[in-house]
Amino acid sequence: MLDKLTLLGRWGINNLRQLGKAGILLYRALFYPPNFRKGFPLVMQQIYSEGVLSLVIIVVSSLFIGMVLALQGYHTLAKFGSAQQLGVLVALSVTRELGPVVTAILFAGRAGSAVTAEIGLMKATEQLSSMEMMAVDPIHRVISPRFWGGVISMPLLTLIFNATAIYGAYLVGVKWLGLDTGIFWSNMQASVSFQSDVLNGIIKSVVFGIAVVWIAVAQGFESVPTSAGISNATTRSVVYSSLAVLGLDFVLTAMMIGSW
Amino acid sequence: MLPQRLIESLVGLFLLFAVIALTVLAFKVSGLTSLFPVKTYTVTASFDDIGGLKVRSPVKISGVQIGEVSNIALDPVTFRAIVTMQIETKFNTIPDDSSAGIFTAGLLGDNYIAITPMYNTTYLTNGSKIQVTRSAMILEKLIGQLVYKIGNGGSSNSNKDGDKNAK
Amino acid sequence: MSEPKIENLVEITKMSFQHENGKVVFQEVDIVIPKGKIVAIMGPSGTGKTTLLRLIGGQLTPTAGQVMVDGQNIHTLSRKALYQLRTRMGMLFQAGGLFTHLSVFENVAFPLREHTKLSESLIHTLVLMKLQMVGLRGASNLMPSELSGGMARRVALARAIALDPAFIMYDEPFTGQDPISMGVLVKLIRTLNDALGLTSVIVSHDVQEALSISDYVYVISNKKVIGQGTPDAIMQNKTSMELQQFIQGLPDGPVPFDYPANSLEQDFLEGTVNAR
Repeated sequence: MLDKLTLLGRWGINNLRQLGKAGILLYRALFYPPNFRKGFPLVMQQIYSEGVLSLVIIVVSSLFIGMVLALQGYHTLAKFGSAQQLGVLVALSVTRELGPVVTAILFAGRAGSAVTAEIGLMKATEQLSSMEMMAVDPIHRVISPRFWGGVISMPLLTLIFNATAIYGAYLVGVKWLGLDTGIFWSNMQASVSFQSDVLNGIIKSVVFGIAVVWIAVAQGFESVPTSAGISNATTRSVVYSSLAVLGLDFVLTAMMIGSW
Repeated sequence: MLPQRLIESLVGLFLLFAVIALTVLAFKVSGLTSLFPVKTYTVTASFDDIGGLKVRSPVKISGVQIGEVSNIALDPVTFRAIVTMQIETKFNTIPDDSSAGIFTAGLLGDNYIAITPMYNTTYLTNGSKIQVTRSAMILEKLIGQLVYKIGNGGSSNSNKDGDKNAK
Repeated sequence: MSEPKIENLVEITKMSFQHENGKVVFQEVDIVIPKGKIVAIMGPSGTGKTTLLRLIGGQLTPTAGQVMVDGQNIHTLSRKALYQLRTRMGMLFQAGGLFTHLSVFENVAFPLREHTKLSESLIHTLVLMKLQMVGLRGASNLMPSELSGGMARRVALARAIALDPAFIMYDEPFTGQDPISMGVLVKLIRTLNDALGLTSVIVSHDVQEALSISDYVYVISNKKVIGQGTPDAIMQNKTSMELQQFIQGLPDGPVPFDYPANSLEQDFLEGTVNAR
């Protein structure tokens, strides 16, 4: 019995240490003065590889999600004679919840895993050590640009997701199911508030972006420098990011729902 | 590795898409008419019963929204509800003897305040108080009144019949 | 010259180091690396030779004792001073450590771009010069994935000397090399050291190659220095059994052949004993 407790205690302390290491990493990535002239092209490069290259999966997923929402929503709302509220249903679901959350989870799977694997590989092939011995701080060169790349890309991807999903719903609702286009948009405009729906969604996406890319970077940096270690770190990064996103979503929604 | 200039252009394009998406969301989806918060002035009114009126419920004249409810409080002395409204400054010609009533949108919808303009030449300004108010119609009271009326009408009819039958 | 001339580039005094998990790697080790010489540090695998290089480079901090590099206690330096000192050190990692997303040219140019404000044409010249020194000037446009292991190591060497350091550390440079590459590396290490006036530290367990080019040798085993001296002195040292086993490559001796196990009776007869 006692040794089970010791094991539990050790596991807890180890996890606490991991969290502490990740926190120190974040602090060093953010707060040591970065060199803007040199750092800017690096961040740009990362926005490209994390954001631009994720566009395909985001746009395709959002289009389909919007279309499915419209299809399902229409059939349920029609039973209550409220089919005109379809635009409202889709817009509110997407901007408040689906947009930030689904984008974050897709981002974690595509860009988060790539970042973790990249950093883990650089650690395993001693590239990070070489950098350090050449008196170049690997945290500034490698970690920090990836962090900012992720934090900047996430809200942009969420905006694109939101717009494309609503467009997908428009395609299904108006073009296919025959709703009146004027009613579709005007009902939506009457019920969706920019400040509390769209903006809150963007705030959520920034928070999710920070969480996902922080976890990805920390997992890569702390990975065991072997091939098994890298693959474990990549899996963990995706799983932890997704769970963190869902948990944070609940917390943020609870905080934001009061002002509606 | 793509050349640096191509990468920069693609990132710029990405940013452009995101800005377009933001514009679409702002104007087409949420109907934002102005990026700046509209200028409003504050008007108060007190009611006996506000029913289901909530903060942010619309304030309308002739069915057109001119503002919204910003605060609901209870007067500790008179025990009446004090409702604070924000009315857009462009509607500054509302006579100050107008009345405010709480109505229901549709049969079972949300409550809103409707202001019925009167004839004074002095207008409502910031801090004005609307004197004439009409409280919300509470459904239970209505039903109670109806039942009472039917009950009374029925019993006076049955008295006459009773007399006839008694003969 | 007003300052006293520093004879030893690296002085390690009574240094002990212990990993976070409690494993003691060094116990009161004294090592001195004189300027301009090639010093080999040898020992069986797992004795922490790479750890020693990291301690000298300031990546790890000893739990006791001190490491002086060029007259400065490297672990008490501020970040800035540490980085300053590191620009005068070059390190060649076992796996090369080339940046996979940059070409050979870009890899060698990297330290120049980071630490100097030289013009592009000057950098171009310097990079090609360094590549010429290691014989790979023609490969400057290749990507690291297109290089063989030996070539990658040579490029890493060119990168390590890009800033003309005073001091180079080689982590197992001869491991896994074919005889030709080995010969090339041996020649390079010796010529660079003499031509550029470098001080070199080679960590290796390849006895033959290391002894053939070094001026002084340290043999580390089991947390301590078990032998030191010129290559000839080491070869002729008959007093230490551990030293002899390592130098001559004897399979059994102070470092046992058999991993600790139960007695023969227990493992082989136990089965029949239980079956009864």
